[in-house]
Amino acid sequence: MQAHLDIYSKHSKSMWAGGLAGVGLMAGVDEIIFHQVLAWHHFYDLSTTEIGLLSDGLLHAAELVALVAGFFMLLDLKRQHALLKKSAWAGFFLGAGGFQLFDGIVNHKVLRIHQIRYVENILPYDIAWNVAAVLLLAIGLIIMRHAKRDLHIKSVANQN
Amino acid sequence: MEHHHTDIFALADWIPLLLTLTVGIIYSFGHIRLLQKHIRWNAWRTLSFLAGILMLGMALYPDFMLWAHHDIRGHMMQHILVGMLGPTFLVLGAPLTLGFKTLPKATSRKITSVLKSNIFYVVSHPLTALMLNIGGMFVLYLTPLYVESLSSPYLHHLIHLHFLLAGYLFAWSIIGPDPAPRRPDFQYRMIIMFFAIAAHAFLSKYMYANLLPLNSPFSNEQIQEAAKLMYYWGDFSELILLFGLCYLWYKKRGSLPSGKMAVH
Repeated sequence: MQAHLDIYSKHSKSMWAGGLAGVGLMAGVDEIIFHQVLAWHHFYDLSTTEIGLLSDGLLHAAELVALVAGFFMLLDLKRQHALLKKSAWAGFFLGAGGFQLFDGIVNHKVLRIHQIRYVENILPYDIAWNVAAVLLLAIGLIIMRHAKRDLHIKSVANQN
Repeated sequence: MEHHHTDIFALADWIPLLLTLTVGIIYSFGHIRLLQKHIRWNAWRTLSFLAGILMLGMALYPDFMLWAHHDIRGHMMQHILVGMLGPTFLVLGAPLTLGFKTLPKATSRKITSVLKSNIFYVVSHPLTALMLNIGGMFVLYLTPLYVESLSSPYLHHLIHLHFLLAGYLFAWSIIGPDPAPRRPDFQYRMIIMFFAIAAHAFLSKYMYANLLPLNSPFSNEQIQEAAKLMYYWGDFSELILLFGLCYLWYKKRGSLPSGKMAVH
């Protein structure tokens, strides 16, 4: 019974650590590629409200914390031989896709912190952005199903 | 035309730099003394401390100070070096620990009693340090204080001193390797770190958007460049603190008895 509990908690801890790293890495990619390299996103655009700036700051802090904390949680799980690779990858893709979708819907459209690119017809960019997010989420869900199947096999094997 | 007083103030301009270098030399003597007594000391600590001294030295070099005085971008770089990056590397040098190993026992005991005092606990608490540090920045850039400091050299030096001490205190309260009785736990320090990053990111974008500080003699482009420097370099230096904090957590978990390490 003990082994059964252990493997499920290894799974959820691996997923969480991978998820945090995924959120942080996606945010970092956004910051480096779209802000710095392509310079499509603006550092600040005139439509951003003070509430927008405040939420931008809080979100930014959460991204940095997620990236670093996720990285060290993965290291810690690895040290304890408790890192389930498939679960961690599932979490990673779910985190990355979740962040991308949140950025695409809440930041770009609801809070209007910034747009993807400053062009006349933004719709194709918004669609591409959010479709990419859904794809990442789908990959995460598929890996998670595989990880859960492995988990079931292992826990049955442990009980016998 | 007020900057042509260089002859009179030539010596005074070098004082901050000389003081900084003196601290670096004292620390180096401490390291040498430990070597002579065959006491183990991590050389990375010394390197880190001297790197911090180098950063402060750069920012306090008279030509750099002059640039900082004439251009808000220079001011911002100076602020980042004096108030954020420099202190972080100084803290990682664990100067107090070095002091404990080299100073006479009686002096060490006195320092320990200060560290254990209630006043020191309140002052060095991460929340206090955050307020002094980030709060100080809000006051400097959102009130006329910054413009005031441009025409008053003493106020200017005082502000530098404040940011150096507040930056040191903050870095120390988050990742200080020196012994600290009653240091708040990891989660608490992580929450403080989170708000520090958020407040810093917000303030720099707010300054960019509203062209703050107001009434300064600098162009809009200069102010916006300075706000960007503040945002990105601030991030970099906070990332170092975050890494340090998480590393301490990782190390501490590694040293727990194996029963506690097990996943439950």
